[in-house]
Amino acid sequence: MEEIRRIEFTEDMRKTYKILLPNMLNLHFEILQGAMRGLGYNVELLTTDGRDIVDEGLKYVHNDTCYPALLVIGQFIAALKSGKYDPDRTALMLTQTGGGCRASNYIHLLRKALAKAGFSQVPVISLNPTGLEKNEGFRIDLKFIFLAMAGVIYGDTLTAFVNQARPYETEKGAADGLCRKWVDYLAERLKQGKDSSFFAIRKNLSLMAKDFDSLSLHKEPKVKVGIVGEIYVKYSPLANNHLEDFLHGEGCEVNVPGLLGFIQYIFDNNIEDIRLYGGKRIAKLVNLFLRRFLEEYEGMMRHALEKSGRYRAPLSHKAVRRWGEETIGLGCKMGEGWLLTAEMAALCEEGYHNIICVQPFGCLPNHIVGKGMTRSIRERFPNANIVAIDYDPGATRVNQENRVKLMLSVAREELDASSEEICEKEQKIPSTVG
Amino acid sequence: MEKRSEIMFKIGLDVGSTTLKAVVLDEEGKILFHRYIRHYAAIAEKIAAMLKEIRLELPEAETAALAISGSGGMGFAKEMGLTFCQEVYATKVALSRRIPDADAVIELGGEDAKILFLSGAFEVRMNGSCAGGTGSFIDQMATLLGVTPDAMNTLAAAYTKEYSIASRCGVFAKSDIQPLINQGARKEDIAASIMAAVVNQTVSGLAQGRKIEGKVVYLGGPLTFLSSLREAFDRTLKTKGVFPDMSLYFVALGAAYLADEKQPVSLLALEKAAREHKAAGDYIGCEPLFQSTEDYEAFRRRHTREEKTAELSASKRAYLGIDSGSTTIKAVLTNEDGEIVFSRYHTNSGNPIPAVRAFLSEVYERYPDVKIVAAASTGYGEEIVKSAFHLDYGVVETVAHFTAAKAFEPMVDFIIDIGGQDIKCFEIKNGVIDNIFLNEACSSGCGSFLETFAAALGYTAEEFSQLALFADKPVDLGSRCTVFMNSSVKQAQKDGASVENIAAGLSISVVKNALYKVIRKAEGKPLGHHVVVQGGTFLNDAVLRAFEMEIGEEVLRPSVSGKMGALGAALYAKASAEREKKTKSTILDREALSCFTHDVKAITCKGCTNRCKLTVNTFGDGKRYIGGNQCEKPTEQRVVKETFSGYDDKREMLSAYGPREGVRETVGIPVVLGMFELLPFWHTLFRTLGFGIQLSPPSSRKLYLKGQSSIPSDTVCYPAKLVHGHIEALIEAGVKTVFYPSLTYNMNEGLSDNHYNCPVVAYYPRVIAHNMSLKGARLISDDFGIHRPKEFTKHFHEMLEREFGHFSRKEVKAAVETAYTEYYRYMACLRTRGDELLTVARERKLPVIVLAGRPYHLDREINHGIDTFIRDRGIVVIPEDMLGHHFERMPLAVLNQWTYHARLYGAARFVADTRDLDINFVQLVSFGCGVDAITTDEVRRILESAGKIYTQIKIDEITGLGAVKIRLRSLFATLGQKEEN
Repeated sequence: MEEIRRIEFTEDMRKTYKILLPNMLNLHFEILQGAMRGLGYNVELLTTDGRDIVDEGLKYVHNDTCYPALLVIGQFIAALKSGKYDPDRTALMLTQTGGGCRASNYIHLLRKALAKAGFSQVPVISLNPTGLEKNEGFRIDLKFIFLAMAGVIYGDTLTAFVNQARPYETEKGAADGLCRKWVDYLAERLKQGKDSSFFAIRKNLSLMAKDFDSLSLHKEPKVKVGIVGEIYVKYSPLANNHLEDFLHGEGCEVNVPGLLGFIQYIFDNNIEDIRLYGGKRIAKLVNLFLRRFLEEYEGMMRHALEKSGRYRAPLSHKAVRRWGEETIGLGCKMGEGWLLTAEMAALCEEGYHNIICVQPFGCLPNHIVGKGMTRSIRERFPNANIVAIDYDPGATRVNQENRVKLMLSVAREELDASSEEICEKEQKIPSTVG
Repeated sequence: MEKRSEIMFKIGLDVGSTTLKAVVLDEEGKILFHRYIRHYAAIAEKIAAMLKEIRLELPEAETAALAISGSGGMGFAKEMGLTFCQEVYATKVALSRRIPDADAVIELGGEDAKILFLSGAFEVRMNGSCAGGTGSFIDQMATLLGVTPDAMNTLAAAYTKEYSIASRCGVFAKSDIQPLINQGARKEDIAASIMAAVVNQTVSGLAQGRKIEGKVVYLGGPLTFLSSLREAFDRTLKTKGVFPDMSLYFVALGAAYLADEKQPVSLLALEKAAREHKAAGDYIGCEPLFQSTEDYEAFRRRHTREEKTAELSASKRAYLGIDSGSTTIKAVLTNEDGEIVFSRYHTNSGNPIPAVRAFLSEVYERYPDVKIVAAASTGYGEEIVKSAFHLDYGVVETVAHFTAAKAFEPMVDFIIDIGGQDIKCFEIKNGVIDNIFLNEACSSGCGSFLETFAAALGYTAEEFSQLALFADKPVDLGSRCTVFMNSSVKQAQKDGASVENIAAGLSISVVKNALYKVIRKAEGKPLGHHVVVQGGTFLNDAVLRAFEMEIGEEVLRPSVSGKMGALGAALYAKASAEREKKTKSTILDREALSCFTHDVKAITCKGCTNRCKLTVNTFGDGKRYIGGNQCEKPTEQRVVKETFSGYDDKREMLSAYGPREGVRETVGIPVVLGMFELLPFWHTLFRTLGFGIQLSPPSSRKLYLKGQSSIPSDTVCYPAKLVHGHIEALIEAGVKTVFYPSLTYNMNEGLSDNHYNCPVVAYYPRVIAHNMSLKGARLISDDFGIHRPKEFTKHFHEMLEREFGHFSRKEVKAAVETAYTEYYRYMACLRTRGDELLTVARERKLPVIVLAGRPYHLDREINHGIDTFIRDRGIVVIPEDMLGHHFERMPLAVLNQWTYHARLYGAARFVADTRDLDINFVQLVSFGCGVDAITTDEVRRILESAGKIYTQIKIDEITGLGAVKIRLRSLFATLGQKEEN
């Protein structure tokens, strides 16, 4: 049998190897890259795009495997083949969640693909919170966790600011310019090992809020669209054919629920698991404590967003979780699980009732939590305008955009109707920009 | 008259997937002009032509407000700065003006299917990324029947019986229709069944639980042109739909209404711009197939297509081979030396019998003194042809092809055959077929796809292939299942790819599909050193060239490439006759042929509860051929007296847990998904507590249809879709409480890193809870953790008290213990039976097949009787769970975290390690099972490392077993060959 062996990432490798990390969220991962470089890992974020990624993926991964696996693996192999990296001096890093979904198997599929492509010497590092695989040369210690959490919170807050500012800016590109400035600055600070304390985060977020407050915004109402879905397709422009850019081009305000919520969801699940199936008291206490710890971060973000009065903080995670309880139930925890359904409900509550639910073609959890719950969401929010879009190597942009455009046509009609009403009653424009 | 020039003309253009429609209105909304043409992908050019026609007919229309709609027009509108409106929205606008009181709209287009719900909450449903049930699907099916869509419409009107056909995508439907054709079902009935399939697809796939009622409007091409389709919708919806004037033009009308009057455009200027329009050409291209004509000439010399024909020898002895394929009939007559004397290749136009008859008549006419020594048939229609014309042998296609290939290249080590809808590839090691790759239900797009596409663009297949040869920048269409290719092509058109480049791109994609999707070839690893290519599709030089380029090696295309199956059958007949010292074939002679008749009747078999729809073919001599059967009962051929199947045993064992009365109320349990294994557990638990138990009835197509309207995701696996029907049946039976628990975790068998259920098995109860109306009954779908008995007892007790009132803790604890004991006893019984079956096989020297899947693959509606098919061949069938005690936890190259899936690895290991038995492994995979994308590769790896053949069978709603049988028979033939060596 062709043996597929795991190559451990050793301490020596840490000094000489370049680590490739696939991009998932534009802002977060750039900041994280800075943090990891500061910790002595020579990380490079893969932001490549293009057909060859899909082709490599199709060649080396079972074609029925979900699209994210195909893309991430395709991207790695395309990079290794590009000649830009020395395969004997390169390691790959991949996140691994360990849930009941196929996603936990990506890392194994990657190893199989590497062996098939003749790169079996390349070590693969699993970035996971549960200790599924350990490496001598890569340790997740407290320092790492604090830096990573800082990256997440900076990324989420910046995303919220820039998404709420961009459609209304009077000077084109101003919001993105500000965002760029902050990403570069924070990446550099984290690289120096600074700005990951609560104190520093509060200070930075407050400055960030001040910056975004200074932007000049107009009040013309825009169609507000929320994006939910399988985590990789939801965030990665490579996977969703630059969905956010497309929506911005169509003049929409886009709301993509942040990464922190997903991390909180993982701890919620641990607690729910103990409630449903039993477990050690201490495990429950630890998880409760960690959940509380994450709420601290959430509080900082909400505070910064709410401070100015011109931006709106997303619904609290507690409230989102309540939506989960009321709709699908917290026991549904594979993939994005209840979080996806809850986010749809939360978005509706927040006024983003035009929702795009994105998933890889044939994504198992999404049969349940996405498409399976749409009807239930519509019953609660009759104005919910939800479209489910599948992504896979064969799906074309024309078809996907056509569907999105349909959703937008309905949304615009509704917006026109309501803004006429608003004009008649001389009411104020929605509070997001007010 | 002067006033007219001031009229504000409003033009709406609708650029669909295949046609361009235009409507011109005056400011009152009066229709001044309407027309539609096929655009053959030349969108800008046709728009220019259309504008010219408008100018000629309405000379006073110099400027007009204009808007474009339709997905094909998005790119053009953007580049020209014209107003674009989404087509469903345009339809809605047109409806509000023309039929304001409509309640629902069904609009079918070339590749789109849409339902608009207008009254009540406005909602739109569009088909997903699947083009099933649309115009292109209907076109494909018409091609398959060998008629035009119009003729199919006429045929359908005269139907007497409907068959169930999957319409999810063209490929599935083909798998259903093919056997019907080959079994001789009436074309009228098939045509009507296709229409019904489209209706089912629309209703189940799009309506998703919302009733289509009230004033229903039919729009779009297929519904405009096909009256039978409208009638089929009327029948299913139990209504009389409205078929309005201009039903074809609603999108264009909507666009016209939406055209911005403030921004009129000059028609002449736009026409000029459109004619000169060169799309950016910024699509991703591949290398051209040929750099120069010299290259092509050299290529031609290498691959001559001239067939050498030999003469009959003096003895006039000859052999005959017939390959009755999916869309064509290939037949050859060889002389004593196996050289082709005479051959024919035609399309079977949906019925193989007349084509074969014509061939035979021609043979007898040309060679009046021919002495046919032996004759054999192969292919989809093997059995009916053999039976109708009294041939001597039938041979499975794979063996036929191998036999023929050997005649051209004795060293052959890889054969790839791309036919009308099949891709067959065999790897040959040491002179026997070592590995077989067949396209699965999903990746069937092959030759017939190219043909359909050529026709859609207005070319013959031959012309299309010629166009491709010198394309400068073939479109890179990837290697996705070719059904999805339609939309990729649409994208390429939008990006300005020429027909030449699309033709070349399609050829390359067929090759990539075969290499990377079917064979799953790893890059850098050669297929073989003596590759023989064959099948009709390789007669296309563009495909052949693309293939050589992709594998980077020259290959051999025998001059009779398209007839290899028939030649193989003839050679097989020759070899068999020589071995058996046969001197005269049983084939119908000249005289018998002249009075040959053929009559078909459709009946329903009453042999068992399956109620298979059979077609009975009666031939002139009174001989009958029966098709459509799932088992051998009605045909009484090859019935093995004593059969051994763990599947039958399991069914019997489960039948002990039947419905019963109780002192408490009755709980309904749907026998679906994981319940196929946990029934002993839950049944015992409720019974012990004194509940009555009602089970859902066995699955059937009818049961599925009963629940199909509430299925929210049309791409979920068939076993999950069936759940809806089971719940409906329980409610209909008057059950007041349905128990269908959510189980994130399954029992922990200690074989895996974790013991999850797959997300669908785990959480489908939630889909039921949120999508089905239970008409007053309650659904108990709590999350339970049966892997932890102690907590389970507590939570189960809580549930009981919540739902049913007081229960003592002691009582519940005892019942739970009994349930666990019963479950373990049941599992132990399974394993004991597994060992007994192994012993039987050892003692009687019977071959064994481990038919592995999931517990729910026991369901006959899900496995389509595959277990019976294997069993009836005298093979011992053992399901994977009967071998559980032979499994050990083992190192794997994947994360092994699902209880059911861990058994697959265990069973594969067991088969790989068992040396004292003729034992093999066949895996059943439900279409759409994401988890099996991981397990299949790993199982294959385990088996192949031990030199065993891995066979995977994908199953879905398809009822025809044609492809599955070929696959299994090839496996049996291969195993037989291996033994001989």
